[in-house]
Amino acid sequence: MSRHVVARADEIPPGGRKLVEVRGRPIVIFNLGGDFHGLLDRCPHQGGPLSRGRLTGLVEADGEPGRYCWSREGEILRCPWHGWEFDIRTGRSRCEPDRIGTRSYDVTIEPGAAVLEGPLKAETVDVSVEDSYVVVTLGPPPAPTEANP
Amino acid sequence: MNLQVLNRKQQDGRTRLAIADCDIHPSPKSLEVEIYPYLSRRWQSHLSTYGMIYRQGFPTGPAFPKGQPDAARRDAYPPGGGRPGSDLDFMREQHLDPNNVQLGILNPLRSGQGLQNGDLAAAYCRAVNEWQVAEWTSREPRLKASVMVNYEDAVSSVAEIDRLAGNPNFAQVLLLSRTAEPLGQRRYWPIYEAACRAGLPVAVHAFGYGGSPVTGGGWPSYYIEEMVGHASNSQSLLASMVFEGVFERFPTLRLILVEAGFAWLPALAWRMDRAWNRMRDEVPHVTRPPSELVREHVWLTTQPMEEPEHRADLLDIFDWIGRDRLLFATDYPHWDYDDPAHALPVRLGAADREQFFLGNARRLYGLD
Amino acid sequence: MAATAGAIDCDIHPSVPGIEALLPHMEPHWRDAVVQRGVHELETIAYPARAPLTARPDWRPDHGRPAADIDTIRAQALDPFGTSIAICNCLYGVQLLMSEDLAAAFATAVNRWVATELLDRDPRLRAAIVIPTQSPDLAVREIERWADDDRFVSVLMLVMDEMPLGRRFYWPIYAAAVGAGLALCIHAGSTYKHPVTSVGWPSYLAEDYTAQAAGFHAVVTSLISEGVFAKFPDLVCVLAESGVTWLPAHLWRLTKFWRGLRAEVPWVVHTPAEIGRQHLRLTLQPFDAPTAPGLFERVMEHFGSDEMLLFSTDYPHWQFDGTAVLPDGIPAELARKIMVDNPRKAYPRLSKGGQA
Repeated sequence: MSRHVVARADEIPPGGRKLVEVRGRPIVIFNLGGDFHGLLDRCPHQGGPLSRGRLTGLVEADGEPGRYCWSREGEILRCPWHGWEFDIRTGRSRCEPDRIGTRSYDVTIEPGAAVLEGPLKAETVDVSVEDSYVVVTLGPPPAPTEANP
Repeated sequence: MNLQVLNRKQQDGRTRLAIADCDIHPSPKSLEVEIYPYLSRRWQSHLSTYGMIYRQGFPTGPAFPKGQPDAARRDAYPPGGGRPGSDLDFMREQHLDPNNVQLGILNPLRSGQGLQNGDLAAAYCRAVNEWQVAEWTSREPRLKASVMVNYEDAVSSVAEIDRLAGNPNFAQVLLLSRTAEPLGQRRYWPIYEAACRAGLPVAVHAFGYGGSPVTGGGWPSYYIEEMVGHASNSQSLLASMVFEGVFERFPTLRLILVEAGFAWLPALAWRMDRAWNRMRDEVPHVTRPPSELVREHVWLTTQPMEEPEHRADLLDIFDWIGRDRLLFATDYPHWDYDDPAHALPVRLGAADREQFFLGNARRLYGLD
Repeated sequence: MAATAGAIDCDIHPSVPGIEALLPHMEPHWRDAVVQRGVHELETIAYPARAPLTARPDWRPDHGRPAADIDTIRAQALDPFGTSIAICNCLYGVQLLMSEDLAAAFATAVNRWVATELLDRDPRLRAAIVIPTQSPDLAVREIERWADDDRFVSVLMLVMDEMPLGRRFYWPIYAAAVGAGLALCIHAGSTYKHPVTSVGWPSYLAEDYTAQAAGFHAVVTSLISEGVFAKFPDLVCVLAESGVTWLPAHLWRLTKFWRGLRAEVPWVVHTPAEIGRQHLRLTLQPFDAPTAPGLFERVMEHFGSDEMLLFSTDYPHWQFDGTAVLPDGIPAELARKIMVDNPRKAYPRLSKGGQA
């Protein structure tokens, strides 16, 4: 496990996103009203760049054709290519959440003082004690999911 | 969109397998700037006044709203503005170079084919042909154009094919699949005759404006139904060409079905064989089993490639169709784009891969 | 003994011998109207009387229509195959009529004719209820008329009607069918209210017959996309005389598009391939594939289920010769499922007594 400082927290306002690269992995960071989430910037289907996708809400029918229940606005990401939907909190696909997902990363906000004390890695970000920072944790890889159903 | 991009290494296309992309959709940046110069004053004025009227109710959009604007990849809008597919430099940067496209076939859509006004359709197709050379093939040797024809009128179609016969910028004649009548019918035969005379294959791209409901049982509700229906539509046109005897009347005709997928072909060919066995005396001009005619005369572009639950099932389909008959295509810049690095869900041997991604297309288009 | 002994035949086609046979089963006004107006036979262009597919040569009578009386059906469709149960899907062209009231009168008459001339005369026979799809209200009334008669096991619709069959317009029919424990049988055929292909009218019957498969593609897409199976989770839909082998590739394509377009049809919460396995059944004949070693097995692998096929002869249509109705290379255990177990699951009423 390793932890990486990828941005100043105020670089990604609520509703915003930033694409970063950590140890060669493209990761897109989302700020969901103060909660930060990170997804591998690659759709598990055909590799579409998820960071270029549109954030939308969740539409469900509750089992009743003709009903459109709208919720979770801004929490569902649609791949810019084929429109597959992903929950940005978990990386799981909306269609087949048990089978298909993109890798998600633990993202936290740490004060500059903690960053400077280490052992966080801040290769690309200048850190000062006054600011807060976005920290991505690279863990052991989770169970693999279908890349291409 | 609040998106900031860090330096990201561009994938180096040269290290990738060279491919042919048999379905690329270019668009003009602006009709007035890029297409009007090839139209007479009379048609410029007509377009400004009446617009382009197809056999459908909405003048500016499709009958079924698409899944995404312009049916495009959201990342395919050129940074300098304009519709996806309207900027050659950006197409090179996003698609041709990183995917190592050696041969790209241009299939312009909404380009006059199927307009209610047949004279306008013919003039517009001709203008689009000039535009493809001026803006695309003359600037990018990897790209080849399609001879656009107003296929509902064989006379003007033949004149346009004859005019461009032998022009090395053009690789095929392009029709759309949703025609006014089934494509095997005799009103379309002069087009096939002219294409054979010019040595060009005839490609039929899914979509169009024939006016009939998209299913034999009426209009469905949803875009997903229209999309799925394009495959059935291509099957009906193929059945028409088989049972009308088109392939026997024009023995050198090569037909390419574009953007309809391909996994449906074996079941269709088997069904046509059964029907032919029972009803041979109804179609005495068809002297060989339909499956043989299909095997000899038909190619298919692969996109949108079917995705079976068990990927290896697709290998059965390849074998039943014939591996030499599939032409890789991405459909760039559209949303149902197939990425060459990921779309093929099964591993092929090196020789099969080369055929699938490039060799079949080069042979078909006579570039070997 | 026939290899098919004990089989349940899910698709046979008795012919109405002639319009006069229906007159006794009509209300006085309609009986008079048929005579007064000279209403013609409602046989359709899908099966021209003398066309090869319409009747196998040895099943073709010297005079009149094939399969038009109980003795003929016994001798040709039931006894030679050792059939235990056969389901009559009567293809008289009621659904083609433009007047929904006239259609309802004919539907009732056809069902009464089937009940008295066929079902009453041989305990092995069952039938689908012919309905006037022109009006769901009247169709429901017809379903209710027969709901207490367990010998009617399904509701019959043609694959190409005025609208795709998933449209909500038709849902009262499905509610009534499910409520009565009836399967839905969608049979090849068109009401010819649209061209049979999406590119217009073809020239040849061979094209019309080929286009039936495209009709089935569209109906499967429609039933799934419109949410018919979400709304009616107990509905079983039998696709009759569809050709069979087209289904897997079609569901692959539909599933692929669903993954990207799910939000348009949010009531579809399982892959179309799964929904197909749960709700769709297909009658065996015709089976569109050549007899090549291993081919049947490969096709079944693509289905991913051995519960979807239902035995049928498609009598009197000419799909095979002699009693060679089972595809080559079919394993005995699968044959047994196709002939008995799958039909019993598809038609809940087959497990009842079958009494009027």
